[in-house]
Amino acid sequence: MKNKAKINAVEKTAKSIFMICAVIAIFAVCSITIYMIAKGTPALKSVGVLKLLFGTSWAPTANEPAYGILYIILTSIVGTAASVLIGVPVGLLTAVFLTEISNKKLAAIVNPAIELLAGIPSVIYGLLGLMLLNPFMYKMEKMIFEDSDTHKFTGGSNLISAVIVLAIMILPTVVNVSASSLRAVSANLRAASYALGASKIQTVFKVTIPAAKSGIMTGVVLGIGRALGEAMAINMVAGGSVQIPLPFNSVRFLTTQLVSEMGYAEGVHRQVLFTVGLVLYIFIMVVNLVLQKLRKGANTDE
Amino acid sequence: MNDNRDLSFQWNRRKINDVILYALIYICASLSVVILVGIIAYVFIRGVGSVNIGFLTSVTSVLKGTVGIAGNIVNTVLIIFLTMILATPIGVGAAIYLNEYAKPGKLVSLIEFATETLSGIPSIIFGLFGMMFFGQTLGMGYSLITGSLTLILMVLPLITRNTQEALKTVPDGYRQGAVGLGAGKWHTIRTILLPCSMPGIITGVILAIGRIVGESAALLFTAGSAKALPKTLTGIFSKIFESGGTMTVQLYLSATSEGDFDTAFAIAVVLLILVFLINIGTKKLTKKYDVTREK
Repeated sequence: MKNKAKINAVEKTAKSIFMICAVIAIFAVCSITIYMIAKGTPALKSVGVLKLLFGTSWAPTANEPAYGILYIILTSIVGTAASVLIGVPVGLLTAVFLTEISNKKLAAIVNPAIELLAGIPSVIYGLLGLMLLNPFMYKMEKMIFEDSDTHKFTGGSNLISAVIVLAIMILPTVVNVSASSLRAVSANLRAASYALGASKIQTVFKVTIPAAKSGIMTGVVLGIGRALGEAMAINMVAGGSVQIPLPFNSVRFLTTQLVSEMGYAEGVHRQVLFTVGLVLYIFIMVVNLVLQKLRKGANTDE
Repeated sequence: MNDNRDLSFQWNRRKINDVILYALIYICASLSVVILVGIIAYVFIRGVGSVNIGFLTSVTSVLKGTVGIAGNIVNTVLIIFLTMILATPIGVGAAIYLNEYAKPGKLVSLIEFATETLSGIPSIIFGLFGMMFFGQTLGMGYSLITGSLTLILMVLPLITRNTQEALKTVPDGYRQGAVGLGAGKWHTIRTILLPCSMPGIITGVILAIGRIVGESAALLFTAGSAKALPKTLTGIFSKIFESGGTMTVQLYLSATSEGDFDTAFAIAVVLLILVFLINIGTKKLTKKYDVTREK
């Protein structure tokens, strides 16, 4: 009898310990959200919502400081959109290659390459962008803006460099998710398409890809999330001034603004940076919610 | 006649379309290989010359005239150790709760939602939160322990998810068998479920270590960038409460504020080798794990 009570006690403790472990994730998300809101909102009051979110002038250390982050927000949106526009088609076609076209030998070369790309630390992408892309961009810049008086030369640190680095960094995510959803398309659909006389390419683009649409969308949204949140790599190649996101402008993203100024910012400047963090957090949360909706939708489809 | 020509025209157009799309597909697929090979080749050509025993065992010092990352290696190892020793039990525990105890309901979907959300939060946000919460509110400042506590939140979803996948592959018959023999739930977990799902758990741990090795944004604001080596053996323990930069953070600083590209590339070589090893390790394990699944 005593033994049984002891076993019961052990069982109960085990259960509650496991439950505590599981609940930690909820606590983490709640406290991150609370902290981001608590730290991110004071600047909205002290600077003013309109001046902060829609202001275009960023001069935190001037005599009359200005804290407009509109261009920073725009840069993040434009940069993310552009990198997704490049990364997704390339990633999708690579996934098509892996699942529909390649033989096992070729896939055995491409697949590990993509896995390794996913594992390379972001600072290495940044380092290479800094050493290879930026000098090339500087040459282009010198050619294009030779006669321009208004262009501020950047030495090659510009939006294009950042977009290229981001596109490469989201590639593995897009390829992996798209490939697994293409693989999940039933062979019957393909066979039916062939039976109607469609070629392989027609089958892929008119049948297989539409059938795998929701999975591919998940990959796209995951890619958006990754591109939005990437900080270190693009901080090394995108330059350091807050400007309109034009291809050859040196720009600041939401993330790079945090990385490069958090270390020394004080007072209102620091508060504003936390607001930048909050804006980023809200973007990411929207992306997350869309992602979870997509995944749920895919699950009920099956 | 006319019809015939139309058909052959269409046929040709279809062929041309096919060829163009095939070409595009091949170009895109080879692109990732070319990029990877390019990155590896460039990093190794630029960096491998600076990697030697001295580089790995000394600390950069102007006084002694040495360049090295020994301090950063120690910091990296300490952060991995501190993070994993806490994150592994928590992540595995969470997975066990979700798979073995919880009944589908509000709490479970809330936990799963939170885990998904955590895995979607970018590291820079973790860095901000870690700096504010562990660093300032709890008063731990810039230290390895602040960095580790932050990273725990970041790698938790990886471990939980991999453990869950592994637990799902354990056949229900094992559980029923254990219950039939009179084992309690805890006993079943300890003696049957955990050993069976070990490959999955280890895969999660290795993936998490890979993430920590590559992490920079979350650590810059929490663990700082000091690179000195602890002077004594007990210094390693007190180091936990001091600032310390990992190899990846040092790479970032070398390439930006310090402008020392030789060191940056040398660290990049070391990191790439680590990434290879981690990749091979997880592959081997997943293969093993697939075999048990097929049975």
